[in-house]
Amino acid sequence: MSDRITPSDVSKVASLARLTLTDDELATATTELSAMLDHFAEIDALDLDGVEPMNNPTHLVNVMRDDVVGETLDRDEVLAAAPLAEDDRFRVPPILGLDD
Amino acid sequence: MSEPNDIPKQATLISEGVRYGILSAAQVLDEHLARVDEREGEIHAFNLVLADEARERAAEIDSMVADGLNPGPLAGVPVALKDNMCTRGIPTTCSSKILGDWKPPYDATVVTRLRDAGAVVIGKTNLDEFAMGSSTENSAFGPTKNPHDTSRVPGGSSGGSAAAVAAEFASVSLGSDTGGSIRQPAALCGTVGVKPTYGAVSRLGLIAFGSSLDQIGPFAHTVDDAALTLEVISGHDPADSTSIERPPLELRSKLLMGAAGLRVGRITDLPSGASPDVQARLDEAFEALAAAGAEIVDVECPAFGYGLTAYYLIAPAEASSNLARFDGVRFGSRVTAPDTNQMYMATRTDGFGAEVKRRIMLGTYALSAGYQEAYYGRAQKVRRLIANDFAAAYAKADVLLTPASPTVAFEVGDKASDPLAMYLCDTYTIPSNLSGDPGMSVPFGTGDGGLPVGVQVLAPALEDHTMFRAAAELERYMQTQQEGSIQ
Repeated sequence: MSDRITPSDVSKVASLARLTLTDDELATATTELSAMLDHFAEIDALDLDGVEPMNNPTHLVNVMRDDVVGETLDRDEVLAAAPLAEDDRFRVPPILGLDD
Repeated sequence: MSEPNDIPKQATLISEGVRYGILSAAQVLDEHLARVDEREGEIHAFNLVLADEARERAAEIDSMVADGLNPGPLAGVPVALKDNMCTRGIPTTCSSKILGDWKPPYDATVVTRLRDAGAVVIGKTNLDEFAMGSSTENSAFGPTKNPHDTSRVPGGSSGGSAAAVAAEFASVSLGSDTGGSIRQPAALCGTVGVKPTYGAVSRLGLIAFGSSLDQIGPFAHTVDDAALTLEVISGHDPADSTSIERPPLELRSKLLMGAAGLRVGRITDLPSGASPDVQARLDEAFEALAAAGAEIVDVECPAFGYGLTAYYLIAPAEASSNLARFDGVRFGSRVTAPDTNQMYMATRTDGFGAEVKRRIMLGTYALSAGYQEAYYGRAQKVRRLIANDFAAAYAKADVLLTPASPTVAFEVGDKASDPLAMYLCDTYTIPSNLSGDPGMSVPFGTGDGGLPVGVQVLAPALEDHTMFRAAAELERYMQTQQEGSIQ
């Protein structure tokens, strides 16, 4: 098993992804991600110089529609499906730290 | 099945019978619901059975026919939908806890098109959470079992949709395929399963996993049923910016063309890993098409084997971005916390299952500063190599044949603790998601344990009809074999 990724890397990644890991989960995730990255190292040897990256299979670029008013979703229906809504808006807890 | 009063299971026959008033949609539905009552307990194909809504819809179809109206090409056909497709006012869960009891405020385009064609939606089917998995074991609502042997998995991630057709709970169903999630379960459950050309079917209302890879397609009892369903759901949708500006696919008219003159490619450097029983069926498929007049040609796809690696960098990267929207603000569940950031953390930590978290982390890592070029960037270049390989192969061959799955259905729990072993299930299906080309699995006899084997037919983008032509020939061959063995 290589040390391609350390527990502190995984911890940082989890935090970027807004996930909390227990110590056990952190250890398991480090082992699993290391094994995957080991496998993925098979492409390290490929000569990819000059190869155009492919980001999607179609040739479509920036598909635009006419700037006209169309049908939209029903606001009440959308808000009814949210965990918490108030005054026609999504309600969230304080965005800034409580100490600010 | 020979009694004249028997209700057919094929969508083409059901629709014809209903439109001509020989069958009633209500009667067809009751027959399917009776089978659900009988076997759903052991199979768990559905997250939700919509019996009341379906009865109402079937009655509407019957009254249209009584009034001399044509309900459409899928008149009275019971269809099941993978539970990652939005249904207005009806819970859509992605088999995840994080969506809670979320009810979408709109229908996916495919749902609208099915309904407009006279189909009767019978339920929402189980999947690996957010379509991440190859066994339908990673569901917040428990695993789906293979109707052929309930100690085995149905494959995944569209395992519920595959099982629903295999168990004859629905005549056809829809799944989504990001790396093989239609074709692999179709192979394991012995149904036809199609991933069309990327962009041929609207993704509006399909909850996104890997946006540059995801494509909706049908499961069906027959190649013709799959063609019928795909004709109904395909065609340009201005509301999906990745939808190709083309009319619906035309497939059914090509099914009787036969294989004479068709150039069928054998990939000589295909990654090994197919078990001998599956390989034997693939060899037989080449022989069957050759006997029907096809020319077998050897092609090389040297980058095919790197597909798995490219996919497991690209798909998780896209997923980590797509799944950022599940933050406890707009949809479903929320875990209360003193500030927004803690609320995000608590909601996502509680709401996502282990495999989803694994892929989000892998994707976040592949996109993170300092690693993006080494992982995501290189994977996109490998993706190009794979697409180039296919393009070169399709200059020599009209279609390619490979296994759909390396093995027949495996035991529940077999690969649950080894993510990489699970990922290898998709070795043969992933490359065409990367290239955007169509692929389908056709039931082709049985392998070890008498379990179904699927042969995969691949074709270039927008040549879905050529793929169906080859698939129809394989199906005809197998029917002849089976009729021969009965006599």
